[in-house]
Amino acid sequence: MSRRTRLGLFVVCGSVLFALFVWGLAGLPAFGTFNGEYGQILNSVAGTERHVTNVVSSIVFDYRGFDTLGEEFILFAAVIGVALLLREARDDRERPRDEVRSDAVRAVGLMLVGPTILLGLSIVAHGYLTPGGGFQGGVVLAGGLALLYAAGHYRAYRAASPQGMVDFAEGVGAGGYVTVGIAALVSGAAYLENFLDLGTKGTLASGGTIVVVNAASGLAVAAALVLLFHEFLEEVMYPE
Amino acid sequence: MSFLPYALAAWIFFVGLYGVVTSRNFVHLVICLGVVQSSTYVLLLAIGYRTGKKAPIFTSGVPVKVGAVDPVVQALTLTDIVVGVTGAALLLALVIEIWKRSATLDPDELRQRRT
Repeated sequence: MSRRTRLGLFVVCGSVLFALFVWGLAGLPAFGTFNGEYGQILNSVAGTERHVTNVVSSIVFDYRGFDTLGEEFILFAAVIGVALLLREARDDRERPRDEVRSDAVRAVGLMLVGPTILLGLSIVAHGYLTPGGGFQGGVVLAGGLALLYAAGHYRAYRAASPQGMVDFAEGVGAGGYVTVGIAALVSGAAYLENFLDLGTKGTLASGGTIVVVNAASGLAVAAALVLLFHEFLEEVMYPE
Repeated sequence: MSFLPYALAAWIFFVGLYGVVTSRNFVHLVICLGVVQSSTYVLLLAIGYRTGKKAPIFTSGVPVKVGAVDPVVQALTLTDIVVGVTGAALLLALVIEIWKRSATLDPDELRQRRT
C-alpha cells in the first residue's frame, strides 16, 4: 500500500471513528457532574471499612485487588518478554568506561541518589495514607538507581543492582502479591480478602493486607524498571 | 466550556493516531502509540471529575462529608499508565530486534525488503 492510499484510507476511517467518538462523548455526563455510585460509596466507606485515608490505594490494593493482580502480571510478562528478546549470554568483558565528565552533573546527580531513593521508599510506605503507593514509589526507586548511571557511570549502576538480586526481587514482588491472596484463603477468607488486623487509621500500621500488597507492588515495580534499564543499557554498552 | 476536557482527549487521540499511520520510524511509532494512550488518561480523569470536590484522600484535615472526585477512574488511570509503560518497553525491545536483523526502522522499507 502506498503512502497516499494509506493516508486516504486513514482520512476515511478516521472520520468514521471520529464521528463514533464524538457520539460516545455526547452520551457522557457533562464535565464536573459525574455521579458514579460505586466511587461515591467507596469514598464514604473506605475510611471506616479499611482504616486507610487514600481511597485510590484502597481500590487498587483491596476492593479491586484482583484486577491489580492481573496488572502486576502484565508488568511481569512484559519484563520477561523484554529479557527474552534482549538478554544474551555475555562473557565477562570489562565494563566500558563511560564516566560522566562534567563535575557539576556528577556532583549534583550523585548527591541526589540518596534523597531520591529515600523519597521513593517514603512514597511506597505512605501509599495508603497520602498520594502515592507501590507503583508510583517503585518508579521513583528505580529512578534513583538510574541516576547512578546517568550522573556516575555504568559500572557503579551495575554494581548497585546485581542481576541476580534484581531478578529475585522481581519474583518476590510478583509472588508476594499472589501469596497474600493464598494466605487469605488459608485463613478462611476469600482470595485476596483483607484478613489482617486493620490497625489505627492514619498511621503506617493501618489497612491490613493493603500494607503487604502495596510493599510487594513497590518491590515488583522497582525491580521491573531496573530490569528494563539493564536490558536496554546492555544493548547500548555492547553494540553488536 | 464543559466539553473542553473531552475535546482535548479526542484531539490527543487523533493526533496520536495520525502519527501512528504516517510514521516512518518504529521508535516514533511507539511514542505515537503512547500519545494515543495518553488520551485515555485525560478521558478517564475528566469523566470522574466533580466540580468543587477534592482528591479522594481523606487525611485528618479533610472530613469525609466534603466528598471527593471519583476514585475508581483514578485507580483505572494508574493501571492504564503501568500497562502503557510496560507495553512500550516490550515494543521498543522488538524495535531493537528489527534494527539488528534488517538495519532499518522504516516500516515501508522493511516491507520492501521482505518481498
